[in-house]
Amino acid sequence: MEGAVVLLDFWPSMFGMRTRIALAEKGIKYEYKEEDLRNKSELLLQMNPVHKKIPVLIHNGKPVCESLIQVQYIDEVWNDRAPLLPSDPYKRAIARFWADFIDKKIYDQGSKVWKTKGEEQETAKKEFIESLKLLEGELGDKAYFGGENLGFVDVALVPFYSWFYAYEKCGNFSIEAECPKLIAWAMRCMQKESVAKSLPDREKIYEFILHMKKIFGIE
Amino acid sequence: MADEVKLFGMWASPYSRRVELALKLKGIPYEYIEEDLSNKSSLLLKYNPVHQKIPVLVHNGKSIPESLVILEYIDETWRNNPVLLPRDPYKRSIARFWAKFIDEKILITTRKVSFTTGKEQDQAMEELSEQLKLLENELKGKPYFAGEAIGYLDIVVANFLVFWFRNLQEALGINMFTKERFPIIFEWIEKVVAIDVVEVCRIPKERHLVYIRTRLEAIKSASK
Repeated sequence: MEGAVVLLDFWPSMFGMRTRIALAEKGIKYEYKEEDLRNKSELLLQMNPVHKKIPVLIHNGKPVCESLIQVQYIDEVWNDRAPLLPSDPYKRAIARFWADFIDKKIYDQGSKVWKTKGEEQETAKKEFIESLKLLEGELGDKAYFGGENLGFVDVALVPFYSWFYAYEKCGNFSIEAECPKLIAWAMRCMQKESVAKSLPDREKIYEFILHMKKIFGIE
Repeated sequence: MADEVKLFGMWASPYSRRVELALKLKGIPYEYIEEDLSNKSSLLLKYNPVHQKIPVLVHNGKSIPESLVILEYIDETWRNNPVLLPRDPYKRSIARFWAKFIDEKILITTRKVSFTTGKEQDQAMEELSEQLKLLENELKGKPYFAGEAIGYLDIVVANFLVFWFRNLQEALGINMFTKERFPIIFEWIEKVVAIDVVEVCRIPKERHLVYIRTRLEAIKSASK
């Protein structure tokens, strides 16, 4: 299990944040390499030739691509501490289901919130909140989706919290007003060092979105 | 207590068929419930309230939706041969990567191929060809995607390419997925279809061709 670990990443990426959190939870030392997505490194293109995207986890020279696949890989290799997936097959299936749900819905719906205006934006906000409410339902009265401790679904979702402030400013709405339990959960996660040091400051994300809007010509 | 396994599926869905193949390969007895997707049963809506889609596996009353999640659940619950996912975490991550690639990228490209014509369709077919070549590379030096025996990725690819896509291309009147262009995949296909349960899980061709043609027509005229 020992061996060099490198993470090719881009600081605002929620997907990269997932892998950062997993590595931190397991106490794994790694080299972080910041990618300029307008000028991708040779290493990135070589390690992820199919998608040419970050994050890429490189362990002993071998690449693992796709953030949720990386988190599972990390959990399976460093299986002697801080388990992220439960041991029961049914509970594992439920965790995978909700992580897949987050991948299918949250990123695209959240993106639409900051990229669109008017009617389109109102629809995006509505769908986004609906998805968050479903997740809130799944959380229930638990401290974390993983139960007593951070688990796979927590790791999959909490990076989006760093983007919530930017979504709220762009969409002129309050996520906390609609999903107070989820925000309470997110703040509980932020008390964990692994999460706090993996998520960028929300103001910086907002600045980044404003910058993106300029580049894409979105008002 | 006897195990009770039910599968809510749909005969023409490669996602549903992939779960059936996994259950049959492992020799797991199950009750199959055919869903009419234009009139979904209340049981389906109860067992998959979030997406309301098939396939859904119900094991002793507990429901698991999403075909790839179901495949991993089957492998972890019934640990007899064939073991579907590789034991090595790195090889497992590769299998998961390619399954995701098929379900996300290749599926989108096949939709483009289905719904475009002329130059646009040619471009889409070119893109699909490149994606299939990438997949074929994964087979090099191995009899199966999983290695020495059929496994998770073989199940996913077989249901997508062998059973579903070959019928789709015939219905569309194109012929891009051929032995000449993809010799390694076709060699693998011959091995896979020789396995008896695989033949049993095949989508019935003639019925499927009619189904695809009808659906394509419906979607095309709805978008006019």
